[in-house]
Amino acid sequence: MAGLGMRDIKRRIKSVNSTKQITKAMELVSSAKLRKAKENLEKTRPYFNLIGETINEIIASTKGVKHDYITPRKVEKTGYIVITADRGLCGGYNSNVIKKAVVHMEEKERVSIIAVGTKGRDYFKKRQYDLDGEFQSPSDNPTYNFAHNIGELSRELYKQKLVDEVYLVYTEFFSTISYKPRAIKLLPLEVNEETVVKEREERMTYEPSPEAVLDYLIPKYVDSMIYGAIVEAATSEHGATRVAMESATDNAEEMIDSLKLQYNRARQASITQEIAEIVGGAEALK
Amino acid sequence: MASKFHLQVIAPDKILLDEEVEKVIVRSTSGDIAILHDHIPMVAPLSIGQMTIINDGNKREAAVASGFVHIDLEKTVIMADAAEWPEEIDVDRAKQAKARAEDRLKNNYEKMDRIRAEIALHKALNRINVVEKKK
Repeated sequence: MAGLGMRDIKRRIKSVNSTKQITKAMELVSSAKLRKAKENLEKTRPYFNLIGETINEIIASTKGVKHDYITPRKVEKTGYIVITADRGLCGGYNSNVIKKAVVHMEEKERVSIIAVGTKGRDYFKKRQYDLDGEFQSPSDNPTYNFAHNIGELSRELYKQKLVDEVYLVYTEFFSTISYKPRAIKLLPLEVNEETVVKEREERMTYEPSPEAVLDYLIPKYVDSMIYGAIVEAATSEHGATRVAMESATDNAEEMIDSLKLQYNRARQASITQEIAEIVGGAEALK
Repeated sequence: MASKFHLQVIAPDKILLDEEVEKVIVRSTSGDIAILHDHIPMVAPLSIGQMTIINDGNKREAAVASGFVHIDLEKTVIMADAAEWPEEIDVDRAKQAKARAEDRLKNNYEKMDRIRAEIALHKALNRINVVEKKK
């Protein structure tokens, strides 16, 4: 206490208070964005899930069909699409996704990365990873078109055999306080073992042919998986920002409380001292 | 009354329709197909075109910009890249898109751009058509 005069404490309270106002404002902004993102997520999830189901079903029932995107080949290089945010101030959000990606990469011989979001790009660039593409995070307004561009790039790389498989690493949103980084395989397509092929009397018909349908469907599937991942990631990002800002605000409040206590003590001490001096002076005059 | 089947029309940003219908006509890449109750299971890609839903004698139309249809025993799902009812279509925007696409086609761009412009033009015209039919 001794080192801190009343004026210093007052100055600190002021500064913490202005920080608190900023974090509070950011919290409000991100909760508004979170609400919007959540609505968006709810609208896209049915499409996202259904396209996955349909694809699985089709591939399961067209066993034996040869297709570039299905038939696995020897893996020499693995492509990763890593979705992060453009900005920090969102707790462990970015580092969690990156960590997940890095752990996943350990088992691979050679990797290259398509970075979505500047945070991820900076991280991988600094560490001399191969970057095949970089995009800014569209977390404020994810569009299907944006996902399509990324999908196009990854398919192109795959087609030209620059990469032999493609993984997608993003953050899945469960609730405002719970999100988990997740890595899924995009290409070549794998039949989900869990889907049981339904016994049917009639065989599924494909117009004009199974290959043509797959030609059309797989790119679509890749795009929508990426789109879904972007939407999930955006929602998680806003959630993470909100939580981080909320705790920053709480911490600021706590700090202000304890500083106020210090200030009052200092004030009381100075008053007591003054009284003691007056009393001492009066005593001396007697 | 004709028997009905369950139809879902889903776009990335919304669920356009989720109900029992009598008949639906969609434009697949190999031509228009009409789907009735108890259709054989089938998967077909869709091209840019209109979708007509007939229910209790009422006809409703929507613009569909490519996607695919998955007909199964219990339900039929149309997954579209974009699907709109006429009242949802922003005609001005479609007209602008049309003008832009036409402009691109006139000034010889690269092949890729031309293909893109053609698709954009197609989509815009489709939207405008659906709205005008409704009037």
